[in-house]
Amino acid sequence: MKVMAQMSMVMNLDKCIGCHTCSVTCKQAWTNRTGMEYVWFNNVETRPGLGYPRTYEDQDTWQGGWVRTKRGKLKLRAGGRAKKLATIFANPKLPSIHDYYEPWTYEYDMLLSAPQGEHTPVAKPKSLLTGDDMSIQWSANWDDDLGGSTATMQDDPILKHMSEHVAEELEQTFMFYLPRICEHCLNPSCVASCPSGAMYKRVEDGIVLVDQDQCRGWRMCVTGCPYKKVYFNHKTGKAEKCTLCYPRIEVGLPTVCSETCVGRLRYLGLVLYDADKVGAAAAIEDEHDLLAAQRSVFLDPDDPEVVAAARREGIPDDWITAAQRSPIWKLIHDYEVALPLHPEYRTLPMVWYIPPLSPVVDVVASSGNDGEDGRTLFAAISQLRIPLEYLAGLFTAGDTAPVERVLRRLAAMRSGMREVNLGREFPEETATAVGMTADQVQEMYRLLAIAKYEERYVIPTAHTEVARELEEMACSLDFEGGPGMGGAGPFGSSSGTPTPVAVENFHALAARQTADSPYGPTTPGRVNLLNWDGNGRPSGLFPPGDIGGGAAGEGGDGADEEGRP
Amino acid sequence: MGLTDASADKIILWVVVPYVTFAVLVVGSVWRYRYDKFGWTTRSSELYEKRLLRWGSPLFHFGLLFVVLGHFLGLVVPKSWTEAVGVSEAQYHFVATWMGSLAALVAVAGLLILIYRRRATGPVFLATTKTDKLMYVFLAGSLLSGAWATVQTQVIAAGHGYDYRETISPWFRSLWYLQPEPALMAGVPAAFQVHITVAMLLFALWPFTRLVHAFSAPVQYPFRPYVVYRSREASVSSRAPRPGWDPTNTPPR
Ligand code: HEM
Ligand code: SF4
Ligand code: SF4
Repeated sequence: MKVMAQMSMVMNLDKCIGCHTCSVTCKQAWTNRTGMEYVWFNNVETRPGLGYPRTYEDQDTWQGGWVRTKRGKLKLRAGGRAKKLATIFANPKLPSIHDYYEPWTYEYDMLLSAPQGEHTPVAKPKSLLTGDDMSIQWSANWDDDLGGSTATMQDDPILKHMSEHVAEELEQTFMFYLPRICEHCLNPSCVASCPSGAMYKRVEDGIVLVDQDQCRGWRMCVTGCPYKKVYFNHKTGKAEKCTLCYPRIEVGLPTVCSETCVGRLRYLGLVLYDADKVGAAAAIEDEHDLLAAQRSVFLDPDDPEVVAAARREGIPDDWITAAQRSPIWKLIHDYEVALPLHPEYRTLPMVWYIPPLSPVVDVVASSGNDGEDGRTLFAAISQLRIPLEYLAGLFTAGDTAPVERVLRRLAAMRSGMREVNLGREFPEETATAVGMTADQVQEMYRLLAIAKYEERYVIPTAHTEVARELEEMACSLDFEGGPGMGGAGPFGSSSGTPTPVAVENFHALAARQTADSPYGPTTPGRVNLLNWDGNGRPSGLFPPGDIGGGAAGEGGDGADEEGRP
Repeated sequence: MGLTDASADKIILWVVVPYVTFAVLVVGSVWRYRYDKFGWTTRSSELYEKRLLRWGSPLFHFGLLFVVLGHFLGLVVPKSWTEAVGVSEAQYHFVATWMGSLAALVAVAGLLILIYRRRATGPVFLATTKTDKLMYVFLAGSLLSGAWATVQTQVIAAGHGYDYRETISPWFRSLWYLQPEPALMAGVPAAFQVHITVAMLLFALWPFTRLVHAFSAPVQYPFRPYVVYRSREASVSSRAPRPGWDPTNTPPR
């Protein structure tokens, strides 16, 4: 037994309102830079829908993740090491920018500077890749709230895999939101795909990172990840990915997406697992057994043997305590309501989801029945095959039984808690019907509905003994001018740290610092603040010429008056 | 023969320039690796455009791999060795000329596609730096002048063509023995002289362009475990500790 700790997340999909706050705050924190305009480390997809990048779940096309060979071995779906090297000069399975979307901005300054005329000025969309006018065709959430889905939904890879009858019944549409980040997998195929060994899984907390100094831009990881959560920065030529906000996690703070989640539906905590069992679990033959196999890799933090083994591995005591208090462990193991996203990719993902009951409740309620009545809900769960099969396509490789069990538990909680709210006891038989006790269901309710910050995020801090190594570690996004925690010190960026010497790099950095984008405002001397990343002093941001001395006297008014007759 | 019999301009061109090139290549690469690991990348442009790259890049790179192999056989392996294993001059010439021409053709075709793509695809052109352009001038210059030298002195020439293994190859090796013999280059056809000069300039430019990616060809990939783990302790950064984060050590006595 080799005990390792994994920082993991659970999202309760019933509570997601699809507000995209998580995506926006994540973007502001990590990817509002040239080269990363199209990148969303956190994105929220409407399901059914195509996802981002479009149809990424269709592994027949994109070839992400692992497959089991006939001899029971795991192989990268896109091909083994030899094939990777043979196709390194042009990666045949790399999504192009149009599979994500072509990033754009609007010609905002036209709204202010257009000459007086008959027509109201418009802000035309401009491509951030070419600077030309463009017609917007797609984006990271183009089919948000099923918008335009009648035209695109049939391409949803999950629907395609479901049985025939679905297509006809699509009119009874259901929908829910699926927020996604990198899964920080136990068996990460992105890491396995990286030819230079620049990607790695951190031993201490399992966070998967890209070493920006070692990445050579072979862009094989993008193909390797079945969730398409490694992105290629087209400006720097390096791969970047969700870091689980490790600078925050290390000091005990939740990720930005969790911190800002409006629905408070994200949970963060440790899971202990047996690293020796990972390979065998990922290679289990039947896809439907993958969920159970992944569960069997986890170790019970309350088991004294596990605790002893964890100590032997050097896991600190406060981490073991944190693992015992982990909300993730409760949701995955005690209540068994969380499920992994696409276990069939065999990467053993570690961001799990509580599937939404709301599609079922909606149907029951809209048919005039009582959406909080246990018996009605149970009946509806087993009758409404489409939502069930769809959820199974996402979370259990198509096996509806585990999804049905989870939904029944959620339904039991819902109907039982109504009794409690009406001043009655939680009906024990409702709980036993789903294999729990009334107390357990109420505890689960507490965790799902009213748990406070400290209960939702149980994050042990990194140990200060190793803080210097952490700081020194080549970390994912912390490069000069990057958004990491580093950056220029009080003596400027060239003091103490190595300076880039390549001419092209020098120019790239210098240009980046003036918020370069192929599209600049049409009026000289103006700056598009929406595209400015906060670095450097773009020309036009400050008044030209001498700022000191008489500047005050030559303020805007004075200049205006000069121009008037 | 030796340095004494050669004129000053020959010494500069065939002794000084090669050594300076070598020094710039080595020192420049070490310098860049030390200070600019972040800039050490292919800067792949596949995200922007796939259709042309799919042909151009493999054609160019595979062609070039064979061209490099050919240069190794022609320049590094002495004529006496190939003859010792029973390869006659005629056989060598035949194989070298035709395989070499084929490889060159493939590489040049790929290069033309890549250059066309650089110019014609909007986002790719915008992502092309000045260094890229300069690099392409010398890369295309080396490749085309080399291809021309082969065609002129080997393919269309009578008989066995020009035997560079009597002149250029010994000169090349003499540089490595530190006994340079510039006089060997005196009678070499102009096409070869141009090719070698442009190539030396390309090598001097190498460390400062994206071509450094060739030095980090991932040859170790087949031999490592699939999943890489790194501990916080086993740090791999070249970054010096930030001021104030020095570890607590007992002072040296
Ligand atoms: C065997 C080692 C090499 C490998 C694995 C390799 C791999 C690559 C890769 C992955 C790209 C990026 C293609 C893209 O997606 O845009 C690239 C581009 C390039 N490589 Fe190499 N390369 C190697 C050797 C070389 C050599 C020896 C040269 C030249 C002397 C070279 C010249 C170039 C050029 C000029 C480009 C830019 C193509 C373009 O986008 O216009 N490479 N290489
Ligand atoms: S989800 Fe994250 S850890 Fe898993 S394969 Fe993709 S990038 Fe790697
Ligand atoms: S912030 Fe929370 S509720 Fe809003 S979309 Fe993100 S996960 Fe859903």
